[in-house]
Amino acid sequence: MVKFARFEKLVLTISSINMSKDIRIKKGLDLKLKGEAEKSVSDVARSKVYAIKPSDFHGVTPKMVVKEGASVKAGEVVFYSKNDEAVKFVSPVSGTIQEIKRGEKRVILEILIAADSQDTFVEHSKKNPKDLSAQEVKEQLLASGAWPFIVQRPYDVVANSADTPKAIFVSGINSAPLEADLEFTMAGKQEALTAGLTALTKLTSGKVHVTVGPNATFLPSVDGVTVHKAQGVHPVGLVSTQIGKIDPINKGEKVWVVQMEDVAIIGNLFLTGKLIQTKTIALAGSGFEKPSYVNVTFGAQIADVVAGNLKDGNYRIISGDVLTGDQKSKEGFIGFYHNTMTVIPEGDDYDFFGWNLPRPNKFSVYRANMFSFLTPNKKYDLNTNTNGEHRGFVLTGEYEKVCPLDIYPMQLLKSILVKDIDQMEALGIYEVAPEDFALTEYVCVSKQDHQRIVREGLDVMIKEVG
Amino acid sequence: MSLKQNLHNLKEKYRGTKMEQSFNALHTFLYLPNMTTHGGTHVKDATDLKRVMNTVIMAMVPVLIFGMFNAGYQHFGQINGFDAVEFFTIENLILGLTKILPILIVSYGVGLGIEFIFATVKKHEVEEGYLVTGMLVPLIMPIDLPLWMLAVAVAFGVVIGKELFGGTGMNILNPALTIRAFLFFNWAAWMSGDKVWVHGAVDGVKNTAGTDAISGETILGSLAANKEVGYSTYDMFMGFIPGSIGETSTFLILLGGLFLILTGIGSARIMLSAVIGAAVMGLIFNGLVDSGVILEGSKFYSLMNFPFWQHLIVGGIAFGIVYMATDPVSAAQTNTGKIIYGFLIGFFSIMIRVFNPAYPEGVMMAILLLNVFAPTIDHYVVQANVKRRMKRLKVKTA
Repeated sequence: MVKFARFEKLVLTISSINMSKDIRIKKGLDLKLKGEAEKSVSDVARSKVYAIKPSDFHGVTPKMVVKEGASVKAGEVVFYSKNDEAVKFVSPVSGTIQEIKRGEKRVILEILIAADSQDTFVEHSKKNPKDLSAQEVKEQLLASGAWPFIVQRPYDVVANSADTPKAIFVSGINSAPLEADLEFTMAGKQEALTAGLTALTKLTSGKVHVTVGPNATFLPSVDGVTVHKAQGVHPVGLVSTQIGKIDPINKGEKVWVVQMEDVAIIGNLFLTGKLIQTKTIALAGSGFEKPSYVNVTFGAQIADVVAGNLKDGNYRIISGDVLTGDQKSKEGFIGFYHNTMTVIPEGDDYDFFGWNLPRPNKFSVYRANMFSFLTPNKKYDLNTNTNGEHRGFVLTGEYEKVCPLDIYPMQLLKSILVKDIDQMEALGIYEVAPEDFALTEYVCVSKQDHQRIVREGLDVMIKEVG
Repeated sequence: MSLKQNLHNLKEKYRGTKMEQSFNALHTFLYLPNMTTHGGTHVKDATDLKRVMNTVIMAMVPVLIFGMFNAGYQHFGQINGFDAVEFFTIENLILGLTKILPILIVSYGVGLGIEFIFATVKKHEVEEGYLVTGMLVPLIMPIDLPLWMLAVAVAFGVVIGKELFGGTGMNILNPALTIRAFLFFNWAAWMSGDKVWVHGAVDGVKNTAGTDAISGETILGSLAANKEVGYSTYDMFMGFIPGSIGETSTFLILLGGLFLILTGIGSARIMLSAVIGAAVMGLIFNGLVDSGVILEGSKFYSLMNFPFWQHLIVGGIAFGIVYMATDPVSAAQTNTGKIIYGFLIGFFSIMIRVFNPAYPEGVMMAILLLNVFAPTIDHYVVQANVKRRMKRLKVKTA
């Protein structure tokens, strides 16, 4: 008997190593919007000014290393994190520190860098991560400024350099409305992805999980990486959805998350010795003359990215997708983690009896005098109107329809609103990030800001539990 | 300048003044506001709470109109004989209008008035919850209820039942039923018995022979008194029977329920499980009679012997299940919880209906009771999720 038990254990261990999952997501919503990016890519003219925004890295308090007027190379440290001094943030281009913009209480808002006409890079060692130890990989990532690509769950913050996560997750699906198609942007980057994923395998005691669509071809096969297949509606591409299905986060555990685009940048760092902060992003939405893809450098000024491509009129520029992105002006800069820029019409106009008459140009998951359910494949040109005022929570059972996580969304939100830490923990706050509540926020008839509430809840947990 | 611009200017003018909330309530009734998203999702669903509430009201309009015709039909039918009167006549409608419109006006006037005052004092927007409550209230009233009683009850229901808890979305009990329960316990004579369900019975309208022409007795009343039921199943289903203004037509209520389910606003879980719960209780009672436990002569005999499916088409149970049990604020909020909550409402409705000696109807008490227990039901449903999470943690650490 004892022998058998051992044998079973062995079988279990083996099967768990290679266990890849098929994930199907039915609860969710694919918002179909006009202005999908055409599959063609062009280069953006070099901006005069680039910026690093500490606010892109939630919870990081910057400690400046350079002063205004100093010249920096591409990849040279600009500031580090006060709480975790090993984590450094580097310039995307070579140039001169033009201005350190500060807000209230001297909080650093933006560091503007006037770009030279050409980049000279800080050189790091060129090594195959396969031959490096965990410590060497970590040191290279920290020294080069690639560390901020690694985000920690729970809490959705930049990973702590002292931790070893139980697993690392990379999503190979972008499922948000109009978001960049990884199959297109990652094509031909097999070498970089292999190096990047190999580097990640060194950082965890557990596994590196990559989840891709059923027909994905861009992902190379890499030793030590478990590949899962997933299909279904948004949020199938959100990493929390995948974590929940593959290996949910428990209290006290930490996992790391890296975006596929950034895995390629990390891979390139090891292949070339340079941290080249460029990526291909989608320009999408009805506000673009020609929605398509562009190659941009991190922190590029938006005016340069959209130059000659914006329609006239009252439009909103969003760095990111329409569910989770940041509102920007032309003078603003592309967000660090964003792979899409979306431009949609503003909705700052009144609508006569707009609260009860059918509105064929708007979309609703409800059938309350709205008939969008009759045309499930219609693409909409949605604007930024809230379509109603803020109210208390009334309807129930609607969030669950768009939330595939094994949590009770409304109960969790309410426990956050009353700051009941035990309850938040019991209801699964460790398993969520603000982006997971974007769809519930979209369908909320009470127009509550779910993502803000969740962010506040996570911040309370960081403060109280750590 | 256009109306839109004028109203916009007024809105700016009233910003920060005492007029702000009241003006905005009227303004947003005419125009969807020009507010845009900030900080969260950049697009939002086209449906807001107003649209939801509007849908619920739309589901009630047929019942209300039917109630007006039925008010006249019951009144004239009892005086002149039901064979002599038609249902859809102008005469019936006019009588219904003159009786029911004032009730509707008092219900909305008092209720919304209080909502506006609270909104102004507490400086929040006027919320839409009362739009539905104000419509529900007339539908669950006896036709001859004095208006001042209604006004007092509405004031009580809105202030104590809702605003003290924090307004729309925060109340524990269904406000419309709180209003009805208040009336029932204060002026029981006006809310039960055989005098109030048909217009004219209270005033003792005489027929040519000099006796009372109108009996306002409901079917359940007859059953509780172990009397014959003088209505066909068709009459009961279609609603050509005495009762609260909007509760009689099971047919139209069924259509309203289907409309609510198809629009995605009403909970099919609650409605279906409540019907099942009521049927189960009815079958148990039928079984007691069939197996000889309850004999003819027992005071419960007629009500228990009443076929379980007919229980569903008389009295207020259909109305309660479709329009009141499904109130999302006071109902259970989890999907599993809704099934338990609905089942128990149906189950207790029939039980109370049969055993309540004073008043042979139970749906009001059943819903209020389950309103109170809904958070407890949800608690245990959510605990299952919490336990699953804890178990995962234990497996990991073991």
